[in-house]
Amino acid sequence: MRSLRYLLRKEFLQIFRDHFMVAQLLLMPILQLLLLGNAATFEVKTARMYVVDRDHTETSRALVDRLQASRRFVVVGASPSVDVGNEWILERKTDMVLSIPSDFERDIARNRAAQVQLILNAENGAAAGVTESYAAQIIGAFARELTDELGPVRLMPVKLIPAMDSMQTLRAAPIPAPAVRAIDIRARGWYNPDLNYRDYMVPGILVQLVTVVGSLMTAMNIVREKEIGTLDQLSVTPLSRNVFMAAKLIPFWIIALVELALGLLVARFVFHTPMLGSILLVFAAAAIYLFAALGIGLFISTLVDTQQQAMFVTFFIIMVYLLMSGLFTPIRSMPDWAQWLAQANPMKHFIEIMRAILLKGATTRDVLKPMLILVGFAAVVLTLAVRQYARRVG
Amino acid sequence: MSNAVEVHSVSKSFGAVKALDDISFEVRAGELFGLVGPDGAGKTTLFRILTTLLVADSGSASVLGLDPVKDLWAIRSRVGYMPGSFALYPDLSVSENLEFFAAVFGTTIEKGYELIEPIYKQLEPFRARRAEALSGGMKQKLALSCALVHRPELLLLDEPTTGVDAVSRREFWDQLGRLKSSGLTIVVSTPYMDEALRCDRVALIHGGRILEVDLPQSIGARYSLPLIAVKGSNRFALLQTLREFPSARSVYLFGDELHYSDKRVNADAGEIAAEVKTFLAQHGHADAETAPITAGIEDSFMELMGSAPAPKAEAA
Repeated sequence: MRSLRYLLRKEFLQIFRDHFMVAQLLLMPILQLLLLGNAATFEVKTARMYVVDRDHTETSRALVDRLQASRRFVVVGASPSVDVGNEWILERKTDMVLSIPSDFERDIARNRAAQVQLILNAENGAAAGVTESYAAQIIGAFARELTDELGPVRLMPVKLIPAMDSMQTLRAAPIPAPAVRAIDIRARGWYNPDLNYRDYMVPGILVQLVTVVGSLMTAMNIVREKEIGTLDQLSVTPLSRNVFMAAKLIPFWIIALVELALGLLVARFVFHTPMLGSILLVFAAAAIYLFAALGIGLFISTLVDTQQQAMFVTFFIIMVYLLMSGLFTPIRSMPDWAQWLAQANPMKHFIEIMRAILLKGATTRDVLKPMLILVGFAAVVLTLAVRQYARRVG
Repeated sequence: MSNAVEVHSVSKSFGAVKALDDISFEVRAGELFGLVGPDGAGKTTLFRILTTLLVADSGSASVLGLDPVKDLWAIRSRVGYMPGSFALYPDLSVSENLEFFAAVFGTTIEKGYELIEPIYKQLEPFRARRAEALSGGMKQKLALSCALVHRPELLLLDEPTTGVDAVSRREFWDQLGRLKSSGLTIVVSTPYMDEALRCDRVALIHGGRILEVDLPQSIGARYSLPLIAVKGSNRFALLQTLREFPSARSVYLFGDELHYSDKRVNADAGEIAAEVKTFLAQHGHADAETAPITAGIEDSFMELMGSAPAPKAEAA
C-alpha cells in the first residue's frame, strides 16, 4: 500500500510537472468542446432558392413569401424556365429550385389539391435532406392555413434531386409527400423540441474527450516507461504488477472524471445543454465506462514499443469507435453487420446513456441495460489487458 | 553458499539469432566479476536472464542460490540491477528518483544511506535538479545509487560506463572497488579492456559464447604467439603491407600502433621483429619501427575472437 501511494504520488508529480500535458488535459478538451459544439451541426442556416413561378397568382406569391419569411430560404433568382433553374443548380448558384406550375391557384380552388416541385442539389445528401424537410414543413404549414380559409387542401411537393453520378440527367426522386394534409400530421420532437443539434452533439463530444484521456494518455504513459527503460528497471524490484497497473490507471481515471466535470460545466453554462437527469448517474456511468477505456489503453501499451505507435493504434481504434458510435450518423441507418458491431462499441453505449440522462432525464432503471453492457465490456477488456500485460512483463 | 551466481549451459535464441550459446561460468561471493566483450556479444541477454526478465531456452542458472524462474520475486528484492541505458525518470529530480526507488523496494533513503553515501554525497548539491539535466557521469552515479538503495547482496551492472567521460569512469570503478570491499558481489559488463583489468576475474564473451574465464592478467599471459608492435607514418598502408608478410598470422590496429603476430609459434620475437622491419623497408616503409612486446588482455581477446567460430547471425 505504501508503494502504491508513492507510485501515485510520482504519477501525479510527473503529469502536473509537464506543462504541455496539463495544457493538453485542461485547455484542449474545452477548446475542442467549444469548437465542435459550435461547428458540428447538421443545421442548414439559409438555403438559396431559385423560383420558377408559372402561376403568377396571389397564392403562388404567398407561398414564395412564406418560404422567404421563414428566413430559412433566400431567393437568389427567378425565371419562368425550369431549365434555367437546373443550370443554376449545376453551377452551384442555388441549393434548391422551387417550381410552381401554371394552374397552381386554380387547382387548389377546384380540386383542393396542387403540386409544387422541389429540385435539390444532393451533392451533400445530409444538407439536401435537411433543406427538403424545412421546405416541406413550410409548404405543409402554408397548406394548413389555406385549409382554414378554403376547406381541406392537399399540397403535394415533388422532390427532384440531380443524380450525383451523372449531372446531365436529372433523376426523379418523388417522395411520398409529407404535406398530404388530408389527415393533419404535425411532428413534434420530444426531449429536444427545437431539434437543437448542439444539445445532441455535446454529450457525444464529452464522451469522445473522456475516451481520449482514458485510452490514449494511459497507453502513452505506460509506453513511455518502456521507452526510457524504467519498466525494465521496475520489473527487477519487488513491486507487484497489480500495484504498478493500479498506479498507472487510477490517475487517468481521476483526471478523466475531472475532465468530464469540466466539460459538463462548459456544456451547462456555455451551451445551455439541458441536464434533466441525475448528474451523479452520469458520473457513475463514466466511472464504469472509463474502466473499459483504460483497459483499451493498457492493452495497446502491451502491443507496442514506442509512444508513436501507441498514438497511431489508439487513434485508429478511437476513430472507428467514434464513427460507429452514432455520434455523427444514426446507427439504425447502418448495414446490419455494422449495427451488430456497434453493439460491441462501448462508446456507443456511453453516448446513449449520456444523451438519455441529460436530454431525457433517464433514471438508473432506464439505462440499466447499456450500463450492464458497459460493466461487461469493462470487465472483459480489463481482464484481457491485465493478462496480456502479465504475459509480456514476466 | 560460495557462488553468488552459477550459470550452466544456458542458451537463448531470438528467432534465428543465437544470443547465448551454451554458456557456463560462476561468480564467487564477494567477487568483482567482469563480462568483457564487444557489442552484440550477448552480455545484455545474460543480464536479463539473471535479473528474471528473460527465461533461458535451455540450461539452468542460480542467483544467490535462487532459481531465476521459480524464485523470481525473492531475487528481485535481493539484487541491484543497472540496465545499459540508465533507467531514471528524466522529469523527476535527483532526490525524487532515489526516494521513488527506495519506496518501490519498501525502504527509505535513510536505511540504505550508509552504502550509497560516498556516491550520493557527490550528487547532494544537485538533489533538486531534474535527472534529464544531469551530465552522463552524474546520471550514472544516480542510477548506481538507485540500484543500491535497498542494500542488495548482488549488484548487476550492464555496461555502466558506456557514454561516460574518462574521469567519471575512473571514479566509478573506484566506487566499485569500495563496494566490493564492503562485501558486495558485483557482476559488471564492459566493452573496454582497460576496465577488465580492474576486475577480480573476467569472462571473455563473443558471439554468444564464453571464450575464456580467468584472472585478467593471466588471460594476457596465456598468449603464446610472438607479438610485435609496429610504428610507422602511414598506418593504413602499413597494415596492408604487413598482412602480405609470408608468416603473418594477424595484424590489427592498437591505439596509434599496430600489433603483429607471427605463425611461427616458437620463433624468437626479436628475430621476427628484425625480419619484419627489413620487409617493411623493402616495401616503402623505411620509417617503420618494430619491437617485440608482451601480450595484454586485448591481444588475447583478438586472438580468441579470431579462432572462435563466427556468430551464426553473421554467417547467415
